[in-house]
Amino acid sequence: MAQTRRTYLVDPLVDNNPITLQVLGICSALAVTSSLKVSFVMALAVIFVTAFSSMFISMLRNHIPGSIRIIVQMVIIASLVILVDQILKAYLYEISKTLSVFVGLIITNCIVMGRAEAFAMKNPPIDSFIDGVGNGLGYGLILMLVGFVRELFGAGTLFGITVLPTVNNGGWYVPNGMLLLPPSAFFIIGLIIWAFRTWKPEQVEDREFKIQTVEAH
Amino acid sequence: MKFVRGVFDKIEPHFEKGGQYEKYFPLYEAVESFFYSPKTVSTVAPHARTYSDMKRIMIYVFLATMPCLFFGMWNTGHQANVALAAIGEEAMTGWRIGLMQAIGFGLNPDNILSSMFHGFLYFLPIYVVTMVVGLFWEILFAVIRGHEVNEGFFVTSILYVLILPASAPLWQVALGISFGVVIGKEVFGGTGKNFLNPALVARAFLYFAYPAQMSGDAIWTPVDGFSGATALGITAAEGVPGLANYDITFWSAFWGTIQGCLGETSFVMCMIGLAFLLVTKIANWRLVVGCTAGTIGFSLLLNLIGSDTNPMFGMPFWWHMVLGGWAFGLAFMVTEPVTASHTNVGRFWYGVLIGFMVVMIRVINPAFPEGMMLAILFANIFAPLIDWFVVRANITRRAKRNA
Repeated sequence: MAQTRRTYLVDPLVDNNPITLQVLGICSALAVTSSLKVSFVMALAVIFVTAFSSMFISMLRNHIPGSIRIIVQMVIIASLVILVDQILKAYLYEISKTLSVFVGLIITNCIVMGRAEAFAMKNPPIDSFIDGVGNGLGYGLILMLVGFVRELFGAGTLFGITVLPTVNNGGWYVPNGMLLLPPSAFFIIGLIIWAFRTWKPEQVEDREFKIQTVEAH
Repeated sequence: MKFVRGVFDKIEPHFEKGGQYEKYFPLYEAVESFFYSPKTVSTVAPHARTYSDMKRIMIYVFLATMPCLFFGMWNTGHQANVALAAIGEEAMTGWRIGLMQAIGFGLNPDNILSSMFHGFLYFLPIYVVTMVVGLFWEILFAVIRGHEVNEGFFVTSILYVLILPASAPLWQVALGISFGVVIGKEVFGGTGKNFLNPALVARAFLYFAYPAQMSGDAIWTPVDGFSGATALGITAAEGVPGLANYDITFWSAFWGTIQGCLGETSFVMCMIGLAFLLVTKIANWRLVVGCTAGTIGFSLLLNLIGSDTNPMFGMPFWWHMVLGGWAFGLAFMVTEPVTASHTNVGRFWYGVLIGFMVVMIRVINPAFPEGMMLAILFANIFAPLIDWFVVRANITRRAKRNA
């Protein structure tokens, strides 16, 4: 095996990032990134769920019948998500209200299912656990980057602490209202993908369509 | 001119392949083709034989905006002078007013020169910022990607300036055009490969990012302490009869002596520009017919349905056409060939979609009093799909005929 445990952890950060390369888990990246605090909690929740679901599924992988494997995976993932949801409600009630339905929707987050199907079903538990942590981190990294830009330029704060004092509070910064709207995350993720692919040209996909040029006569 | 040619011939080798400044060839090419016709010919499909090249098309569109531009300058200055006369001394602050008084034009709303020059003082900084920032991005992408700087930007820049309010802060102008040029055009490969109108992308960005400076009552006439809703804003609140309370008649909206964005208020001036584009065959008449039909058809339907709570339902189509950005959008943005549909049948339906959406947004959506910008962007996205249906229909029809 060329891949070591270190690459399981590090690869999904940039080289095989679930959001920027595989373009999975976009919905929650749009919805929960208007402030860093919320993005951070969401990232932790997803890391927890991907890591443990991958581990448990990997432990059971030789006992799960192929025909109903999705159902079994879903049961495991759903139990973990409910666990996260209850913990958030108990200890971080305010944030869980902001995250609202998106905690529950981690169940349908393609990254979790994707790692279970693509990795945990074929690999031993510890590797799967590390792979889950790595992919969760890759997701979290993008979430934090998007949250950073959106909160800093959209509200002038970071983690709720004022960095750029806004005009409404007597400062000089005019906040960019578009960044508080979910679609702005599309632009930011797009720009991050652009930056990543400029940095790592091997991620650039082949063109599906090329404008034909005519030979000179 | 011989001298200019001589200078170009002398420095050209430095910019060609292998030359000292090879990297900056796009910059050289841009300056040279500003003086002379481009030497290159198109190598990509579609091929059409015509005397009109892209440079000429872009310059024609630029010329077509001139009536709007000059009228807009006068109107902006006129509105400002009227407001200043009404408010009096305390609003007379700022460098523009100092300059106007120093030169001796005064601030007389009845003096055409005074109004024109006052408007020019609002137009010029916005235009300069747009050109400098926009050209910076254009040249940056041209140098990195190795394509030519294109005349298309002249059109984008003038359209963008004409749809901004005169009071727009210059840093927002710069941010908007950066977004428009980079996200609206360059990421897709440059002029001719964009699927959204870059000027509208820039404007929409500002609209959503800085609603306080891009919408509301205080921004349309650039005088401190002056407040007045746009005609569409008034209509949304009080209906068409309410306009009379604000001295807005059909003819003042028709000629454009009402407040609004820099160059979009006058229906007549937009139509002069449109006529010029139609005669030179840069604008396709099907787009214009479709958009007009869509607007008339849907607003008549809404007139019939009626509403007790929403006065916009009763707004007749001729008012829809003279208020807001309808005329300007129709003349310069609906007719833009790249982002519209490319089949003739498709062009008609593309126009209808815009006409329908404008009325839809203006009347039914309470959040946006103005709808032309969003309607055109919406239809831009659907243009390829419309083409696809037209092409499919054609294939099916031919298959049936030959079956």
